[in-house]
Amino acid sequence: MNWLIGAVLFLILAPITGGLIAGIDRKITARMQGRVGPPLLQPFYDVGKLFEKERAVVTTAQNFYVLAYLIFIALSGALFFAGGDLLLIVFAFTLAHVFLVLGAYAVHSPYSHVGAGRELIQLMAYEPMIILAAVGFYMVSGSFYVADIVTTTVPAILYLPGVFLGFAVILTIKLRKSPFDISTSHHAHQEIVKGITTEFSGSTLAQVEIAHWYENVFLLGFVFLFFAWNPVIGIVAVAITYLAEIFVDNVTARARWQAALKSGWLAAILGIVNLAILSYMMLGGA
Amino acid sequence: MAFLKRSPWILHYDASSCNGCDIEVLACLTPLYDVERFGIINTGNPKHADILMITGGINELNRAVVKNLYEQMPEPKVVVAIGICAATGGIFRECYNIAGGVDKVIPVDVYVPGCAARPEMIIDGVVKALGILEEKRAKMTGSAQAKEETRHAAEAGEST
Ligand code: SF4
Repeated sequence: MNWLIGAVLFLILAPITGGLIAGIDRKITARMQGRVGPPLLQPFYDVGKLFEKERAVVTTAQNFYVLAYLIFIALSGALFFAGGDLLLIVFAFTLAHVFLVLGAYAVHSPYSHVGAGRELIQLMAYEPMIILAAVGFYMVSGSFYVADIVTTTVPAILYLPGVFLGFAVILTIKLRKSPFDISTSHHAHQEIVKGITTEFSGSTLAQVEIAHWYENVFLLGFVFLFFAWNPVIGIVAVAITYLAEIFVDNVTARARWQAALKSGWLAAILGIVNLAILSYMMLGGA
Repeated sequence: MAFLKRSPWILHYDASSCNGCDIEVLACLTPLYDVERFGIINTGNPKHADILMITGGINELNRAVVKNLYEQMPEPKVVVAIGICAATGGIFRECYNIAGGVDKVIPVDVYVPGCAARPEMIIDGVVKALGILEEKRAKMTGSAQAKEETRHAAEAGEST
């Protein structure tokens, strides 16, 4: 029963939390730049506005793909909060982004295609690290199930500091933050038009935005797993991680895609070294 | 249900301005004026935009571009012409290549005078545009409803 409650709560609450986080993010970003910034509820106004606009569609296929993106993101998040299998979650998560890329490729627009290509590069950059994080949790807790990982009394962060750092790097990619916001960005609204979301407008764009909220909550939940042995520390750590991401977003300029790819894989190497040392220690202990 | 007024996204296009008005438009985004307070975002994408801000007059080369940009924006949308050049052609109006103000090609809803238009004036113009935007939205949903009703009525007529 518990798993069902977790999944349903996620599906209902995640858009609200995600939107609020986005609002806080924009506010803090504005303050860091010496501006007043938009109201806290601005992300909700934006999405509400997008639903009010005319439905200008280039190909109907793109709406279908974006809907699939939203559904699979929500599904992977729901599986996560239901305590499901981490590997399955990671694969559902990846599949969701493949749909987004397909949606962008469905339109004959060079801007949209450049964005889609860059999204694929991002996918290549962060995928190894996400899987390594899942493996790391398995080595610490002996299970791929989120439900088991959360209930372990072992402080995962002490065993997986390298994996955590690596994950923090790819989190920057995933949250679409500088220096790795190469496929589309919250800022810099004039570069390669709007990247992967160039050809989405109105309610389709709103769905992309809602999916992003789901995704952010899911990713922060993933960060929480590293600190799950103590929920209070966990929540504080998640907040600090997110603040650090905002900070990094504001003090760095966008990198080239080659740098994004290299950083993603360097993060993965960090993770692998961490896991190698960990397995060596475990063998030594046994 | 008036989200539109709270989240107007802007597309800024430099027709053939001297760049003076453009500097002032960009000044609105700086910390001093910070139009993001009102949810205003400067997007570079006509498909995401609600307000088209044009500086400078129409010349023979950008005529098609302006028209294209306008047509790519989804309804409801408004056009704000910034500066005297965008209103009438301004000091360039006698030039051999200038056709005149922006309203030679697309319908303009708000004219912001000045050479260059001051940021305060530009923000004022945008606020004015928001009212028009809201009117257009109401009309749009109204006409969509009316269309739906006539369709239903027609269907009901057919079935009997
Ligand atoms: S109105 Fe004046 S400042 Fe603005 S574009 Fe024309 S000449 Fe330049």
